Amino acid sequence: MLSLRRKVVNAVMLSLTGVCTFLAVGTLLFILGYLFFHGGTSLTTDFFTKLPTPVGESGGGMANALLGSAKLLLLASCIGIPIGFLGGVYLAEFGGSSFSFVVRYTTDLLNGVPSIVIGIFAYTLIVLPQGHFSTLSGGLALGVMMIPIAIRSSEDFLRAVPVSLREGAMALGASKAKTIVTVVIPAAKAGLITGIMLNLARVAGETAPLLFTSFSNRFWSPGWEQPTAALPVMIYTYAISPYADWKRQAWSAGFVLLMLVLTINICARMLLSKRGSALR
Amino acid sequence: MAASSTTNISARPSGRASAFWQRLRSGDDIAYVITLTCALTILAITALLVFELFENSAVPRDKFGWSFLVTSTWDPVAGQFGALPFIYGTVVTSALALLMGIPLGVGAAIFLAELAPTKISNGLTFLIELLAAVPSVIFGLLGIFVLVPALIALEPAIRAVLGWTPAFSGPFYGVSVLSAGVVLSVMIVPFIISISREVILAVPTEQREGALALGATKWETTWDVVIPFARKGIMGSIFLALARSLGETMAVTMVIGNEPKIHESLFAPGYSIAAVIANEFTEATGELYLGALIELGLVLFGLTIIINGLARVLVLSTTKKGAS
Repeated sequence: MLSLRRKVVNAVMLSLTGVCTFLAVGTLLFILGYLFFHGGTSLTTDFFTKLPTPVGESGGGMANALLGSAKLLLLASCIGIPIGFLGGVYLAEFGGSSFSFVVRYTTDLLNGVPSIVIGIFAYTLIVLPQGHFSTLSGGLALGVMMIPIAIRSSEDFLRAVPVSLREGAMALGASKAKTIVTVVIPAAKAGLITGIMLNLARVAGETAPLLFTSFSNRFWSPGWEQPTAALPVMIYTYAISPYADWKRQAWSAGFVLLMLVLTINICARMLLSKRGSALR
Repeated sequence: MAASSTTNISARPSGRASAFWQRLRSGDDIAYVITLTCALTILAITALLVFELFENSAVPRDKFGWSFLVTSTWDPVAGQFGALPFIYGTVVTSALALLMGIPLGVGAAIFLAELAPTKISNGLTFLIELLAAVPSVIFGLLGIFVLVPALIALEPAIRAVLGWTPAFSGPFYGVSVLSAGVVLSVMIVPFIISISREVILAVPTEQREGALALGATKWETTWDVVIPFARKGIMGSIFLALARSLGETMAVTMVIGNEPKIHESLFAPGYSIAAVIANEFTEATGELYLGALIELGLVLFGLTIIINGLARVLVLSTTKKGAS
């Protein structure tokens, strides 16, 4: 017979774990609901089409910040995805044991470096010698942040491809390079694309490394050599500003950024569960 | 796997250098060299990162030495730089975050791994992983406009219960070490949940069956058998969460109050390493000031490397044990 005390402890503790789950999930729903309510209602078409107004004036939008974020992400992808992807191919297909261990360990190490430290790195590398803030340095900072995630996700998805597929291709006389390009990579395609999407979603919300690399700009930023506005940085500067209208716009920008990040996340995971289920 | 396993044997020439070029032409070795270069790039970038941080903080390191870490005067005008208030703020906010985040995260992980039906568990885990994807600046935004007013409203209640301790004394303006700790705890909970759930799921079913057969209740089985088995992995998830909260910048900067002083009250404003770098970097003039901020970056880098290294070792050792 169970004593009453043990029964009570059992029931109480198990329900407490349910409460914990409820709190964690509730936080997400609260964040979504609150941003929908505050950001969604204050979102206007001006937000997407107009430049910011001079300090203190109400109205205006963040068109330049949207374009700035897009440019930074493009630059980051050009740096982060090729290096990360090919590095992942090396680890999955060619790597010996000890050197691969060193590469994996370093990758994890780089992945754990706080984003603001990566910002300092891009600053000392580009901003300091050039003497001015630039889109280029911001893109480099985000690109460096993308590399470790790209390398680990592409390695994982390439490894998930069954060895029998590789053996089949090689048995037909294909060289190793040909096997990788025509058999292994196409088989892992869904996973690789998912990895890239999640990676982009992560760096799209990064603010800290941009504060002193791409800085900010209240106007359009042509080319790659000038400072540029970016959506996350605008949220930060507008949120801590004293103006009511800027705070309203910070909510709109937060709403747009969150929707963007969550949409990419949900799409990527759905793609993976639908197409990649055979490989997992 | 050897890279040259499929090279055509009959085409192998005699000279060493020409053999190399011959092999490059086969395509396999071109692929090998290209991918190897990319893998080496990771090592080069990491090495360069450490070098740049070290090189650019040389001026304050020469001037202050180790006293940089233990003095608490931060006066850019007088050229006096001590990192203690920032180290203190970073450590205290992270400790607060863990204090609130560990019970919540481990509790939820137990529910998701042991109690909830698989479908519901997967659905809820998906939602919690989305929470981990929310950018930190959004947490900061909600911190300023939702959490700080809420804490101001709750302040009399907190003071009534805990006001007798020095940690909850003095005036409260909303932005404080406490607010930063609360925001951080919300941010790290998803990490603790998703990794802990995985290591708890990796505990062999026989362990649970054994305990249940001996007459243990569900909770006793979980707490006395499953959790100790998954202990190292859960510790690993906590260390990963700690590393993340130490380096967290935006959310902390927006709610901590940004005052470079050490107060014993959690109600008082403070400052963290990442926050001071974010706030003062663009206005830092002179090699000494900029160098001091970069040295703070180096300190932060060192802290997170140590914590992350410990986390990896712990998570690896459990998942291996669970898999066997």
